[in-house]
Amino acid sequence: MSARVGVVVFPGACDERDALLAVDRVAGLEAQYLPHVERDLKGSDAVLLPGGFSYGDYLRAGAIARFAPVMERVIEFAREGGPVLGICNGFQILCEARLLPGALLVNEHLKFTCRQVLVSVEGTDTPFTSGCTTGERLSMPVKHTTGRWFAPPGVLEQVEAAGQVTLRYADGTNPNGSLHDVAGVANEQGNVFGLMPHCEHATDELTGSTDGLRLFGSLATHLSAIPA
Amino acid sequence: MLIRPKEGILDPQGQAVERALPALGYDDVENVHVGRLVELEVGGDERTVTARVEEMCERLLANPLIESYEVETIGVGP
Repeated sequence: MSARVGVVVFPGACDERDALLAVDRVAGLEAQYLPHVERDLKGSDAVLLPGGFSYGDYLRAGAIARFAPVMERVIEFAREGGPVLGICNGFQILCEARLLPGALLVNEHLKFTCRQVLVSVEGTDTPFTSGCTTGERLSMPVKHTTGRWFAPPGVLEQVEAAGQVTLRYADGTNPNGSLHDVAGVANEQGNVFGLMPHCEHATDELTGSTDGLRLFGSLATHLSAIPA
Repeated sequence: MLIRPKEGILDPQGQAVERALPALGYDDVENVHVGRLVELEVGGDERTVTARVEEMCERLLANPLIESYEVETIGVGP
């Protein structure tokens, strides 16, 4: 039986369909939508917060979505050790919910940026990168205005020392001025992971890369190893 | 509530404004920062209101990791 991945649908999201399709491409995974108004994860084995502009990005990106009814359960699920993946806006929401360290700020150059980047896998202790090798390069697109990861002094050193930086922009492709070229971070336990690049848009040769499947494939392997 | 980027945090919006002002002849401007103002009406005595609004700032209106805030109560009604 396939493991179920719940894709949360917030008002203003736009990448939930690609996320659903990306998950369904992977053998052993089956995606389902989770409406933002419900306090129910419908038996999901992992939760994905997709990209977009939830609640219009009003106030701060992710600040309002973080209090959506479904997030109560997502936060509980994360604290219980359940795998939670946040892509772009989903990453912003996880930082606002304090499930991940740091915050996402407006890009250093203030512009919306949309381009292919290379990231280097730095941490393989998460359900989403466990199938990758350290130093492996992944090609994925970014498309955001608010993607500059920041952590205050003290927190930054702590995050680095604990090995929570999971992905780093490689070869000078940092598109937003994020500190230490951070493209993705995990929580201390490793079960919550957020990234700015869109792994769900990198699952077909037609759009330039299938490297995003490395992350979804890792999740499938991770979930299949857990006894039902 | 006046919410602004914390000191020391790179504020590209403030920098862009700072670069634009000399074009209008304001050559002596420095340290420009852009924040936001949130206005709201809420009932209760001044002490309770200030405490509640500060709580709102901590939980939603500001992100204390990157932003500082000031609360001012004006026109306390009957």
